[in-house]
Amino acid sequence: MSTATTAIKAKQRPGDRVFSGSAVFAGSMILVTLAAVAVFLIVQSLPALIASHEDASILTDNFWNYVGPLLFGTVWAAALALLMAIPVSIGIALFISHYAPRRLASVLGYIVDLLAAVPSVVFGLWGIGVLAPAVQPVYSWLVDNFGWFPLFAGPVSGTGRTILTAAIVLAVMVLPIMTAICREVFLQTPVLHEEAALALGATRWEMIRTAVLPFGRSGIVSAAVLGLGRALGETMAVAMVLSASGAVTFKLLTSVNPSTIAANIALTFPEAYGMNVNVLIATGLILFIVTFVVNAIARWIVSRRKEFSGAN
Amino acid sequence: MSKRIEVRDLNVYYGKFLAVEGVSLEIEPRSVTAFIGPSGCGKSTFLRTLNRMHEVIPGARVEGEVLIDGNNLYDPDVDPVLVRRQVGMVFQRPNPFPTMSIKENVLAGVKLNNRRISKTDADDLVEKSLRGANLWNEVKDRLDRPGSGLSGGQQQRLCIARAIAVSPEVILMDEPCSALDPISTLAIEDLIEELKLQYTIVIVTHNMQQASRVSDRTAFFNIAGTGKPGNLIEYADTTTIFSNPTVQATEDYVSGRFG
Repeated sequence: MSTATTAIKAKQRPGDRVFSGSAVFAGSMILVTLAAVAVFLIVQSLPALIASHEDASILTDNFWNYVGPLLFGTVWAAALALLMAIPVSIGIALFISHYAPRRLASVLGYIVDLLAAVPSVVFGLWGIGVLAPAVQPVYSWLVDNFGWFPLFAGPVSGTGRTILTAAIVLAVMVLPIMTAICREVFLQTPVLHEEAALALGATRWEMIRTAVLPFGRSGIVSAAVLGLGRALGETMAVAMVLSASGAVTFKLLTSVNPSTIAANIALTFPEAYGMNVNVLIATGLILFIVTFVVNAIARWIVSRRKEFSGAN
Repeated sequence: MSKRIEVRDLNVYYGKFLAVEGVSLEIEPRSVTAFIGPSGCGKSTFLRTLNRMHEVIPGARVEGEVLIDGNNLYDPDVDPVLVRRQVGMVFQRPNPFPTMSIKENVLAGVKLNNRRISKTDADDLVEKSLRGANLWNEVKDRLDRPGSGLSGGQQQRLCIARAIAVSPEVILMDEPCSALDPISTLAIEDLIEELKLQYTIVIVTHNMQQASRVSDRTAFFNIAGTGKPGNLIEYADTTTIFSNPTVQATEDYVSGRFG
Protein backbone atom coordinates (compact mmCIF):
# COMPACT_ATOMS: atom_id res chain seq x y z
CA MET A 1 0.00 0.00 0.00
CA SER A 2 2.52 2.49 1.13
CA THR A 3 4.88 1.63 -1.71
CA ALA A 4 2.44 3.09 -4.19
CA THR A 5 2.27 6.40 -2.41
CA THR A 6 5.96 6.71 -1.68
CA ALA A 7 7.19 5.45 -5.08
CA ILE A 8 10.36 7.25 -6.04
CA LYS A 9 9.71 9.30 -9.13
CA ALA A 10 12.38 9.33 -11.78
CA LYS A 11 13.67 12.84 -12.11
CA GLN A 12 13.30 14.21 -15.63
CA ARG A 13 16.63 15.79 -16.39
CA PRO A 14 16.57 18.23 -19.31
CA GLY A 15 19.78 16.89 -20.86
CA ASP A 16 18.43 13.33 -20.94
CA ARG A 17 15.15 14.44 -22.45
CA VAL A 18 16.80 16.53 -25.14
CA PHE A 19 19.16 13.75 -26.05
CA SER A 20 16.58 10.98 -26.08
CA GLY A 21 14.20 13.22 -28.01
CA SER A 22 16.76 13.99 -30.70
CA ALA A 23 17.86 10.35 -30.91
CA VAL A 24 14.27 9.22 -31.39
CA PHE A 25 13.76 11.93 -33.98
CA ALA A 26 16.86 10.94 -35.92
CA GLY A 27 15.91 7.28 -35.78
CA SER A 28 12.37 7.86 -36.93
CA MET A 29 13.54 10.10 -39.78
CA ILE A 30 15.09 7.02 -41.40
CA LEU A 31 11.75 5.25 -41.33
CA VAL A 32 9.91 8.31 -42.58
CA THR A 33 12.32 8.80 -45.48
CA LEU A 34 12.19 5.15 -46.41
CA ALA A 35 8.40 5.16 -46.24
CA ALA A 36 8.21 8.32 -48.33
CA VAL A 37 10.41 6.81 -51.04
CA ALA A 38 8.49 3.55 -51.00
CA VAL A 39 5.11 5.30 -51.19
CA PHE A 40 6.28 7.47 -54.08
CA LEU A 41 7.64 4.47 -55.97
CA ILE A 42 4.56 2.33 -55.41
CA VAL A 43 2.00 5.02 -56.24
CA GLN A 44 3.82 6.07 -59.39
CA SER A 45 4.48 2.48 -60.45
CA LEU A 46 1.00 1.00 -60.09
CA PRO A 47 -0.33 2.23 -63.44
CA ALA A 48 2.80 1.04 -65.22
CA LEU A 49 2.57 -2.49 -63.88
CA ILE A 50 -0.56 -3.15 -65.91
CA ALA A 51 0.32 -0.91 -68.86
CA SER A 52 0.66 -2.20 -72.40
CA HIS A 53 2.27 -0.90 -75.59
CA GLU A 54 -0.74 1.33 -76.26
CA ASP A 55 -0.26 3.13 -72.92
CA ALA A 56 3.51 3.49 -72.93
CA SER A 57 5.50 3.63 -76.13
CA ILE A 58 8.69 2.12 -74.69
CA LEU A 59 6.93 -1.14 -73.82
CA THR A 60 6.81 -3.77 -76.52
CA ASP A 61 4.06 -5.78 -74.84
CA ASN A 62 3.90 -5.52 -71.07
CA PHE A 63 5.96 -4.15 -68.18
CA TRP A 64 7.41 -7.45 -66.98
CA ASN A 65 8.93 -8.23 -70.37
CA TYR A 66 10.45 -4.79 -70.32
CA VAL A 67 11.97 -4.95 -66.87
CA GLY A 68 13.12 -8.59 -67.11
CA PRO A 69 16.23 -8.04 -69.26
CA LEU A 70 17.10 -4.90 -67.31
CA LEU A 71 16.84 -6.76 -64.03
CA PHE A 72 18.98 -9.53 -65.44
CA GLY A 73 21.62 -7.04 -66.59
CA THR A 74 21.62 -5.28 -63.22
CA VAL A 75 22.11 -8.45 -61.21
CA TRP A 76 24.56 -9.96 -63.70
CA ALA A 77 26.80 -6.88 -63.84
CA ALA A 78 26.72 -6.46 -60.06
CA ALA A 79 27.43 -10.14 -59.46
CA LEU A 80 30.39 -10.06 -61.87
CA ALA A 81 31.69 -6.94 -60.16
CA LEU A 82 31.43 -8.54 -56.72
CA LEU A 83 33.06 -11.71 -57.95
CA MET A 84 36.09 -9.64 -58.86
CA ALA A 85 35.95 -7.18 -55.98
CA ILE A 86 35.51 -9.56 -53.02
CA PRO A 87 38.77 -11.50 -53.31
CA VAL A 88 40.74 -8.38 -54.20
CA SER A 89 39.34 -6.33 -51.35
CA ILE A 90 39.89 -9.11 -48.83
CA GLY A 91 43.42 -9.42 -50.12
CA ILE A 92 44.12 -5.70 -49.86
CA ALA A 93 42.53 -5.55 -46.42
CA LEU A 94 44.59 -8.49 -45.16
CA PHE A 95 47.74 -6.99 -46.60
CA ILE A 96 47.05 -3.69 -44.85
CA SER A 97 46.00 -5.26 -41.56
CA HIS A 98 48.39 -8.18 -41.20
CA TYR A 99 51.22 -8.14 -43.71
CA ALA A 100 52.36 -4.64 -44.61
CA PRO A 101 54.80 -2.75 -42.41
CA ARG A 102 52.92 -0.16 -40.39
CA ARG A 103 53.93 2.90 -42.42
CA LEU A 104 53.19 1.33 -45.78
CA ALA A 105 49.87 0.11 -44.38
CA SER A 106 48.70 3.56 -43.39
CA VAL A 107 49.72 5.04 -46.76
CA LEU A 108 47.88 2.27 -48.57
CA GLY A 109 44.85 2.81 -46.38
CA TYR A 110 44.76 6.47 -47.40
CA ILE A 111 45.08 5.61 -51.07
CA VAL A 112 42.20 3.15 -50.89
CA ASP A 113 40.06 5.73 -49.09
CA LEU A 114 41.00 8.26 -51.76
CA LEU A 115 39.74 5.91 -54.43
CA ALA A 116 36.32 6.12 -52.77
CA ALA A 117 36.30 9.87 -53.31
CA VAL A 118 36.59 9.64 -57.11
CA PRO A 119 33.24 10.65 -58.68
CA SER A 120 31.51 7.96 -60.70
CA VAL A 121 31.54 10.17 -63.82
CA VAL A 122 35.32 10.06 -63.69
CA PHE A 123 35.22 6.29 -63.46
CA GLY A 124 32.89 6.30 -66.46
CA LEU A 125 35.29 8.44 -68.49
CA TRP A 126 38.17 6.23 -67.47
CA GLY A 127 36.17 3.17 -68.49
CA ILE A 128 35.49 4.57 -71.96
CA GLY A 129 38.80 6.27 -72.56
CA VAL A 130 41.30 3.91 -70.99
CA LEU A 131 39.90 0.59 -69.87
CA ALA A 132 37.75 -0.34 -72.85
CA PRO A 133 40.47 0.17 -75.52
CA ALA A 134 42.99 -1.52 -73.27
CA VAL A 135 40.98 -4.68 -72.69
CA GLN A 136 39.62 -5.00 -76.23
CA PRO A 137 42.69 -6.92 -77.53
CA VAL A 138 42.45 -9.21 -74.51
CA TYR A 139 38.80 -9.86 -75.32
CA SER A 140 39.71 -10.66 -78.95
CA TRP A 141 42.31 -13.09 -77.77
CA LEU A 142 39.89 -14.72 -75.33
CA VAL A 143 37.25 -15.12 -78.01
CA ASP A 144 39.79 -16.56 -80.46
CA ASN A 145 41.25 -19.04 -78.01
CA PHE A 146 38.51 -19.75 -75.49
CA GLY A 147 35.45 -19.06 -77.64
CA TRP A 148 34.22 -22.60 -76.92
CA PHE A 149 33.62 -21.52 -73.31
CA PRO A 150 30.04 -20.13 -73.29
CA LEU A 151 30.91 -16.97 -71.34
CA PHE A 152 33.60 -16.05 -73.87
CA ALA A 153 31.62 -16.85 -77.00
CA GLY A 154 32.03 -14.46 -79.96
CA PRO A 155 31.73 -12.34 -81.95
CA VAL A 156 33.98 -10.03 -80.01
CA SER A 157 32.98 -6.42 -79.41
CA GLY A 158 35.02 -3.94 -81.44
CA THR A 159 34.92 -1.24 -78.82
CA GLY A 160 35.50 -3.27 -75.68
CA ARG A 161 32.50 -1.60 -74.07
CA THR A 162 30.91 -4.86 -72.94
CA ILE A 163 29.21 -5.98 -69.77
CA LEU A 164 32.53 -7.31 -68.51
CA THR A 165 34.17 -3.91 -68.89
CA ALA A 166 31.27 -2.31 -67.05
CA ALA A 167 31.63 -4.93 -64.32
CA ILE A 168 35.35 -4.20 -64.02
CA VAL A 169 34.61 -0.49 -63.60
CA LEU A 170 31.97 -1.35 -61.02
CA ALA A 171 34.43 -3.60 -59.19
CA VAL A 172 36.95 -0.77 -58.99
CA MET A 173 34.22 1.51 -57.69
CA VAL A 174 33.03 -0.79 -54.91
CA LEU A 175 36.54 -1.81 -53.94
CA PRO A 176 37.30 1.08 -51.54
CA ILE A 177 34.26 0.69 -49.31
CA MET A 178 34.63 -3.08 -49.18
CA THR A 179 38.32 -2.86 -48.44
CA ALA A 180 37.77 -0.27 -45.73
CA ILE A 181 35.17 -2.41 -43.95
CA CYS A 182 37.19 -5.61 -44.24
CA ARG A 183 40.29 -3.84 -42.97
CA GLU A 184 38.49 -2.46 -39.92
CA VAL A 185 37.02 -5.86 -39.10
CA PHE A 186 40.32 -7.67 -39.55
CA LEU A 187 42.08 -5.15 -37.34
CA GLN A 188 39.56 -5.86 -34.60
CA THR A 189 40.40 -9.54 -34.41
CA PRO A 190 41.21 -10.13 -30.73
CA VAL A 191 44.96 -10.51 -30.21
CA LEU A 192 44.08 -13.40 -27.89
CA HIS A 193 42.71 -15.43 -30.79
CA GLU A 194 45.60 -14.60 -33.06
CA GLU A 195 48.03 -15.65 -30.34
CA ALA A 196 46.03 -18.80 -29.69
CA ALA A 197 46.51 -19.80 -33.30
CA LEU A 198 50.18 -18.85 -33.38
CA ALA A 199 50.86 -20.72 -30.13
CA LEU A 200 49.43 -23.85 -31.74
CA GLY A 201 52.11 -23.57 -34.39
CA ALA A 202 50.15 -21.74 -37.06
CA THR A 203 51.99 -19.96 -39.84
CA ARG A 204 50.82 -16.45 -40.55
CA TRP A 205 48.44 -17.59 -43.26
CA GLU A 206 47.09 -20.38 -41.03
CA MET A 207 46.62 -17.86 -38.23
CA ILE A 208 44.61 -15.67 -40.60
CA ARG A 209 42.56 -18.65 -41.70
CA THR A 210 41.78 -19.91 -38.20
CA ALA A 211 41.43 -16.62 -36.31
CA VAL A 212 41.07 -13.59 -38.56
CA LEU A 213 38.81 -14.72 -41.40
CA PRO A 214 36.22 -16.57 -39.27
CA PHE A 215 36.09 -13.63 -36.91
CA GLY A 216 35.65 -11.23 -39.82
CA ARG A 217 33.07 -13.33 -41.61
CA SER A 218 30.07 -11.17 -40.79
CA GLY A 219 32.09 -8.08 -41.64
CA ILE A 220 33.02 -9.54 -45.01
CA VAL A 221 29.37 -10.25 -45.72
CA SER A 222 28.42 -6.72 -44.71
CA ALA A 223 31.13 -5.35 -46.96
CA ALA A 224 29.91 -7.46 -49.85
CA VAL A 225 26.34 -6.27 -49.33
CA LEU A 226 27.35 -2.64 -49.25
CA GLY A 227 29.41 -3.19 -52.37
CA LEU A 228 26.57 -5.03 -54.05
CA GLY A 229 24.16 -2.25 -53.13
CA ARG A 230 26.42 0.27 -54.77
CA ALA A 231 27.02 -1.92 -57.81
CA LEU A 232 23.29 -2.55 -58.27
CA GLY A 233 22.44 1.12 -58.09
CA GLU A 234 25.42 2.58 -59.90
CA THR A 235 24.15 4.66 -62.79
CA MET A 236 26.61 7.00 -64.43
CA ALA A 237 29.59 4.75 -64.95
CA VAL A 238 27.52 1.93 -66.40
CA ALA A 239 25.48 4.29 -68.57
CA MET A 240 28.69 5.68 -70.02
CA VAL A 241 30.72 2.52 -70.42
CA LEU A 242 28.19 -0.08 -71.46
CA SER A 243 26.96 -0.18 -75.02
CA ALA A 244 23.70 -1.90 -74.25
CA SER A 245 21.21 -3.54 -76.55
CA GLY A 246 18.83 -4.93 -73.99
CA ALA A 247 19.47 -8.60 -74.69
CA VAL A 248 19.49 -11.33 -72.07
CA THR A 249 22.80 -13.10 -72.54
CA PHE A 250 25.59 -14.44 -70.39
CA LYS A 251 28.19 -13.74 -73.08
CA LEU A 252 30.71 -11.31 -71.63
CA LEU A 253 32.63 -10.11 -74.64
CA THR A 254 30.18 -9.39 -77.43
CA SER A 255 28.59 -6.09 -78.47
CA VAL A 256 25.18 -7.48 -77.50
CA ASN A 257 24.83 -6.60 -73.84
CA PRO A 258 22.00 -6.31 -71.33
CA SER A 259 21.47 -2.87 -69.84
CA THR A 260 20.96 -2.21 -66.15
CA ILE A 261 17.94 -0.65 -64.49
CA ALA A 262 19.75 2.40 -63.17
CA ALA A 263 21.63 3.11 -66.38
CA ASN A 264 18.47 2.60 -68.42
CA ILE A 265 16.57 5.09 -66.28
CA ALA A 266 19.34 7.65 -66.66
CA LEU A 267 19.54 7.22 -70.42
CA THR A 268 15.80 7.04 -71.13
CA PHE A 269 14.34 9.45 -68.61
CA PRO A 270 15.25 12.75 -70.34
CA GLU A 271 13.06 11.86 -73.32
CA ALA A 272 10.30 10.05 -71.44
CA TYR A 273 6.78 11.43 -71.24
CA GLY A 274 3.38 10.31 -69.99
CA MET A 275 3.14 6.65 -69.01
CA ASN A 276 6.76 5.99 -70.01
CA VAL A 277 7.81 7.94 -66.92
CA ASN A 278 5.71 5.61 -64.77
CA VAL A 279 7.29 2.61 -66.41
CA LEU A 280 10.75 3.89 -65.60
CA ILE A 281 9.77 4.61 -62.01
CA ALA A 282 8.37 1.10 -61.79
CA THR A 283 11.74 -0.28 -62.87
CA GLY A 284 13.17 1.81 -60.03
CA LEU A 285 10.75 0.09 -57.67
CA ILE A 286 12.03 -3.28 -58.86
CA LEU A 287 15.61 -2.16 -58.17
CA PHE A 288 14.52 -1.03 -54.70
CA ILE A 289 13.00 -4.45 -54.00
CA VAL A 290 16.06 -6.30 -55.30
CA THR A 291 18.34 -4.27 -53.03
CA PHE A 292 16.04 -5.03 -50.11
CA VAL A 293 16.08 -8.74 -50.82
CA VAL A 294 19.87 -8.74 -51.12
CA ASN A 295 20.14 -7.05 -47.74
CA ALA A 296 17.74 -9.52 -46.17
CA ILE A 297 19.70 -12.46 -47.55
CA ALA A 298 22.94 -11.04 -46.21
CA ARG A 299 21.44 -10.55 -42.75
CA TRP A 300 20.18 -14.07 -42.82
CA ILE A 301 23.66 -15.37 -43.73
CA VAL A 302 25.21 -13.42 -40.87
CA SER A 303 22.61 -14.54 -38.32
CA ARG A 304 22.63 -18.17 -39.34
CA ARG A 305 25.70 -18.96 -37.26
CA LYS A 306 25.20 -16.31 -34.65
CA GLU A 307 26.24 -18.42 -31.70
CA PHE A 308 29.56 -19.10 -33.40
CA SER A 309 30.16 -15.44 -34.17
CA GLY A 310 32.25 -14.65 -31.14
CA ALA A 311 29.78 -12.04 -30.02
CA ASN A 312 28.79 -14.14 -27.02
CA MET B 1 57.51 -36.81 -24.58
CA SER B 2 58.81 -34.17 -22.25
CA LYS B 3 62.05 -32.34 -22.65
CA ARG B 4 64.57 -30.46 -20.64
CA ILE B 5 64.85 -26.72 -21.08
CA GLU B 6 68.08 -24.86 -20.57
CA VAL B 7 68.25 -21.08 -20.74
CA ARG B 8 71.63 -19.38 -21.02
CA ASP B 9 72.14 -15.70 -20.39
CA LEU B 10 68.94 -14.52 -21.97
CA ASN B 11 68.25 -10.83 -22.54
CA VAL B 12 64.82 -9.86 -23.80
CA TYR B 13 64.18 -6.57 -25.56
CA TYR B 14 61.14 -4.64 -26.70
CA GLY B 15 62.79 -2.42 -29.29
CA LYS B 16 65.57 -0.73 -27.37
CA PHE B 17 64.02 -1.38 -23.98
CA LEU B 18 65.68 -4.21 -22.08
CA ALA B 19 62.78 -5.98 -20.37
CA VAL B 20 64.50 -9.02 -18.88
CA GLU B 21 68.20 -9.27 -18.26
CA GLY B 22 70.62 -12.14 -17.91
CA VAL B 23 68.38 -15.07 -17.10
CA SER B 24 69.97 -18.50 -16.88
CA LEU B 25 68.10 -21.50 -15.57
CA GLU B 26 67.41 -25.16 -16.20
CA ILE B 27 64.02 -26.80 -16.18
CA GLU B 28 63.80 -30.54 -15.66
CA PRO B 29 61.54 -32.73 -17.74
CA ARG B 30 58.27 -33.91 -16.20
CA SER B 31 58.25 -31.24 -13.56
CA VAL B 32 56.25 -28.15 -12.81
CA THR B 33 58.20 -24.92 -12.60
CA ALA B 34 56.53 -21.78 -11.33
CA PHE B 35 57.60 -18.21 -12.11
CA ILE B 36 56.56 -15.75 -9.43
CA GLY B 37 57.24 -12.09 -8.92
CA PRO B 38 55.59 -8.69 -8.81
CA SER B 39 53.74 -7.25 -11.83
CA GLY B 40 55.96 -6.03 -14.63
CA CYS B 41 58.99 -8.04 -13.53
CA GLY B 42 59.19 -9.81 -16.87
CA LYS B 43 58.06 -13.30 -15.91
CA SER B 44 55.40 -13.46 -18.63
CA THR B 45 57.79 -11.89 -21.12
CA PHE B 46 60.38 -14.50 -20.25
CA LEU B 47 57.83 -17.30 -20.48
CA ARG B 48 56.92 -16.20 -23.98
CA THR B 49 60.54 -16.46 -25.09
CA LEU B 50 60.41 -20.19 -24.37
CA ASN B 51 58.24 -20.81 -27.45
CA ARG B 52 59.15 -17.71 -29.42
CA MET B 53 55.71 -16.19 -28.94
CA HIS B 54 57.64 -13.17 -27.74
CA GLU B 55 58.59 -12.14 -31.25
CA VAL B 56 54.94 -11.84 -32.30
CA ILE B 57 55.09 -8.36 -30.78
CA PRO B 58 56.70 -5.95 -33.26
CA GLY B 59 60.20 -4.90 -32.26
CA ALA B 60 60.64 -7.65 -29.70
CA ARG B 61 63.84 -9.70 -29.79
CA VAL B 62 66.14 -11.72 -27.57
CA GLU B 63 69.84 -12.30 -27.03
CA GLY B 64 71.13 -15.54 -25.60
CA GLU B 65 70.14 -19.15 -25.93
CA VAL B 66 67.17 -21.30 -25.09
CA LEU B 67 68.02 -24.97 -25.47
CA ILE B 68 65.39 -27.67 -25.57
CA ASP B 69 67.17 -31.01 -25.31
CA GLY B 70 70.29 -29.25 -26.52
CA ASN B 71 68.77 -27.57 -29.58
CA ASN B 72 68.83 -23.79 -29.55
CA LEU B 73 65.38 -22.37 -30.29
CA TYR B 74 66.94 -19.16 -31.49
CA ASP B 75 69.25 -20.74 -34.02
CA PRO B 76 68.80 -18.89 -37.33
CA ASP B 77 67.73 -22.14 -39.04
CA VAL B 78 64.93 -22.83 -36.58
CA ASP B 79 61.40 -22.14 -37.74
CA PRO B 80 59.39 -20.51 -34.93
CA VAL B 81 56.29 -22.26 -36.22
CA LEU B 82 57.86 -25.65 -35.50
CA VAL B 83 59.03 -24.47 -32.09
CA ARG B 84 55.47 -23.58 -31.15
CA ARG B 85 54.25 -26.97 -32.22
CA GLN B 86 56.67 -28.49 -29.69
CA VAL B 87 56.05 -25.96 -26.95
CA GLY B 88 52.36 -25.36 -26.37
CA MET B 89 50.92 -22.43 -24.53
CA VAL B 90 47.88 -21.64 -22.40
CA PHE B 91 47.02 -18.00 -21.92
CA GLN B 92 45.82 -15.86 -19.07
CA ARG B 93 42.33 -15.43 -20.47
CA PRO B 94 40.65 -18.51 -21.93
CA ASN B 95 40.74 -18.09 -25.71
CA PRO B 96 38.92 -20.87 -27.50
CA PHE B 97 38.21 -19.93 -31.11
CA PRO B 98 34.69 -18.48 -30.98
CA THR B 99 33.79 -19.54 -34.49
CA MET B 100 34.56 -23.19 -33.82
CA SER B 101 32.73 -25.91 -31.95
CA ILE B 102 34.28 -27.65 -28.95
CA LYS B 103 35.44 -30.47 -31.16
CA GLU B 104 36.89 -28.17 -33.82
CA ASN B 105 38.71 -26.26 -31.12
CA VAL B 106 40.44 -29.40 -29.88
CA LEU B 107 41.40 -30.33 -33.43
CA ALA B 108 42.47 -26.82 -34.46
CA GLY B 109 46.16 -27.42 -33.86
CA VAL B 110 46.15 -30.84 -35.50
CA LYS B 111 44.45 -29.53 -38.61
CA LEU B 112 47.04 -26.76 -38.84
CA ASN B 113 49.82 -29.24 -39.25
CA ASN B 114 48.15 -30.06 -42.55
CA ARG B 115 47.72 -33.61 -41.46
CA ARG B 116 44.83 -35.49 -42.92
CA ILE B 117 43.12 -37.21 -40.07
CA SER B 118 40.41 -39.82 -40.43
CA LYS B 119 37.14 -39.27 -38.67
CA THR B 120 37.63 -42.08 -36.17
CA ASP B 121 41.16 -40.91 -35.37
CA ALA B 122 39.83 -37.40 -34.93
CA ASP B 123 37.09 -38.58 -32.58
CA ASP B 124 39.60 -40.62 -30.58
CA LEU B 125 41.96 -37.67 -30.34
CA VAL B 126 39.16 -35.36 -29.24
CA GLU B 127 38.13 -37.78 -26.51
CA LYS B 128 41.70 -38.42 -25.39
CA SER B 129 42.56 -34.72 -25.25
CA LEU B 130 39.35 -33.75 -23.48
CA ARG B 131 39.82 -36.57 -21.00
CA GLY B 132 43.40 -35.40 -20.54
CA ALA B 133 42.05 -31.96 -19.70
CA ASN B 134 39.38 -33.37 -17.32
CA LEU B 135 36.66 -31.93 -19.50
CA TRP B 136 35.29 -34.96 -21.34
CA ASN B 137 32.45 -35.80 -18.96
CA GLU B 138 31.18 -32.24 -18.97
CA VAL B 139 31.11 -31.71 -22.73
CA LYS B 140 30.81 -35.15 -24.34
CA ASP B 141 27.15 -34.55 -25.21
CA ARG B 142 27.71 -31.17 -26.82
CA LEU B 143 30.90 -31.47 -28.83
CA ASP B 144 29.29 -29.59 -31.71
CA ARG B 145 28.26 -26.63 -29.60
CA PRO B 146 30.40 -23.46 -29.67
CA GLY B 147 33.36 -23.45 -27.30
CA SER B 148 32.49 -19.94 -26.22
CA GLY B 149 29.32 -21.28 -24.58
CA LEU B 150 31.30 -23.00 -21.81
CA SER B 151 32.09 -21.47 -18.44
CA GLY B 152 35.43 -19.73 -17.97
CA GLY B 153 37.02 -22.68 -16.21
CA GLN B 154 35.73 -25.10 -18.83
CA GLN B 155 37.01 -22.82 -21.60
CA GLN B 156 40.43 -22.78 -20.00
CA ARG B 157 40.45 -26.59 -19.81
CA LEU B 158 39.32 -26.62 -23.45
CA CYS B 159 42.37 -24.51 -24.25
CA ILE B 160 44.53 -27.01 -22.39
CA ALA B 161 42.92 -29.85 -24.35
CA ARG B 162 43.66 -27.94 -27.55
CA ALA B 163 47.28 -27.49 -26.48
CA ILE B 164 47.83 -31.16 -25.59
CA ALA B 165 46.06 -32.43 -28.71
CA VAL B 166 49.16 -31.64 -30.78
CA SER B 167 51.32 -33.64 -28.30
CA PRO B 168 53.78 -30.93 -27.39
CA GLU B 169 56.91 -31.55 -25.33
CA VAL B 170 56.40 -28.60 -23.05
CA ILE B 171 53.32 -26.66 -21.92
CA LEU B 172 53.68 -23.03 -20.93
CA MET B 173 50.92 -21.52 -18.82
CA ASP B 174 50.68 -17.79 -18.44
CA GLU B 175 48.62 -17.15 -15.30
CA PRO B 176 46.08 -19.75 -16.41
CA CYS B 177 43.84 -19.30 -13.37
CA SER B 178 43.86 -15.56 -12.86
CA ALA B 179 40.52 -15.12 -14.63
CA LEU B 180 38.89 -18.09 -12.91
CA ASP B 181 36.93 -18.71 -9.74
CA PRO B 182 38.42 -20.87 -6.92
CA ILE B 183 36.60 -24.07 -7.95
CA SER B 184 37.76 -23.82 -11.55
CA THR B 185 41.22 -22.93 -10.29
CA LEU B 186 41.27 -26.11 -8.24
CA ALA B 187 40.24 -28.12 -11.29
CA ILE B 188 43.12 -26.64 -13.30
CA GLU B 189 45.59 -27.26 -10.48
CA ASP B 190 44.52 -30.89 -10.23
CA LEU B 191 44.96 -31.13 -13.97
CA ILE B 192 48.48 -29.71 -13.76
CA GLU B 193 49.34 -32.47 -11.28
CA GLU B 194 48.26 -35.07 -13.83
CA LEU B 195 49.82 -33.35 -16.83
CA LYS B 196 53.24 -33.26 -15.25
CA LEU B 197 53.43 -37.03 -15.51
CA GLN B 198 53.78 -36.56 -19.26
CA TYR B 199 54.78 -32.99 -19.94
CA THR B 200 57.24 -30.41 -18.78
CA ILE B 201 55.14 -27.57 -17.41
CA VAL B 202 56.12 -23.98 -16.81
CA ILE B 203 53.56 -21.79 -15.11
CA VAL B 204 53.52 -18.08 -14.40
CA THR B 205 51.37 -17.17 -11.45
CA HIS B 206 50.59 -14.21 -9.25
CA ASN B 207 49.21 -16.50 -6.65
CA MET B 208 51.96 -17.67 -4.30
CA GLN B 209 49.77 -20.33 -2.71
CA GLN B 210 49.20 -21.71 -6.16
CA ALA B 211 52.92 -21.78 -6.85
CA SER B 212 53.56 -23.61 -3.59
CA ARG B 213 50.73 -26.06 -4.27
CA VAL B 214 51.50 -27.08 -7.83
CA SER B 215 55.17 -26.54 -8.52
CA ASP B 216 58.33 -28.52 -7.88
CA ARG B 217 60.70 -25.66 -8.55
CA THR B 218 60.07 -21.95 -8.26
CA ALA B 219 61.82 -19.02 -9.87
CA PHE B 220 61.45 -15.60 -8.30
CA PHE B 221 61.75 -12.61 -10.63
CA ASN B 222 62.05 -9.04 -9.48
CA ILE B 223 62.52 -5.59 -10.89
CA ALA B 224 64.69 -2.90 -9.40
CA GLY B 225 62.35 -0.07 -10.42
CA THR B 226 60.25 1.28 -13.26
CA GLY B 227 62.17 1.30 -16.52
CA LYS B 228 64.74 -1.15 -15.20
CA PRO B 229 64.99 -4.68 -16.56
CA GLY B 230 63.56 -7.65 -14.69
CA ASN B 231 65.99 -10.16 -13.23
CA LEU B 232 65.88 -13.72 -12.03
CA ILE B 233 66.57 -13.35 -8.31
CA GLU B 234 66.40 -16.87 -7.05
CA TYR B 235 65.61 -20.27 -8.51
CA ALA B 236 65.30 -23.31 -6.24
CA ASP B 237 63.02 -26.08 -5.04
CA THR B 238 59.62 -24.68 -4.20
CA THR B 239 59.93 -25.72 -0.56
CA THR B 240 63.21 -23.89 -0.28
CA ILE B 241 61.85 -20.72 -1.88
CA PHE B 242 58.87 -20.64 0.43
CA SER B 243 60.49 -21.77 3.67
CA ASN B 244 64.14 -20.91 3.50
CA PRO B 245 65.06 -18.57 0.67
CA THR B 246 68.64 -17.36 0.45
CA VAL B 247 67.86 -13.89 -0.87
CA GLN B 248 66.18 -11.30 1.32
CA ALA B 249 63.95 -9.98 -1.52
CA THR B 250 62.54 -13.46 -2.08
CA GLU B 251 61.70 -13.83 1.56
CA ASP B 252 60.08 -10.39 1.63
CA TYR B 253 57.98 -11.27 -1.42
CA VAL B 254 56.85 -14.75 -0.42
CA SER B 255 56.03 -13.61 3.10
CA GLY B 256 53.87 -10.84 1.65
CA ARG B 257 55.97 -7.87 2.71
CA PHE B 258 55.80 -6.39 -0.81
CA GLY B 259 54.43 -7.21 -4.24
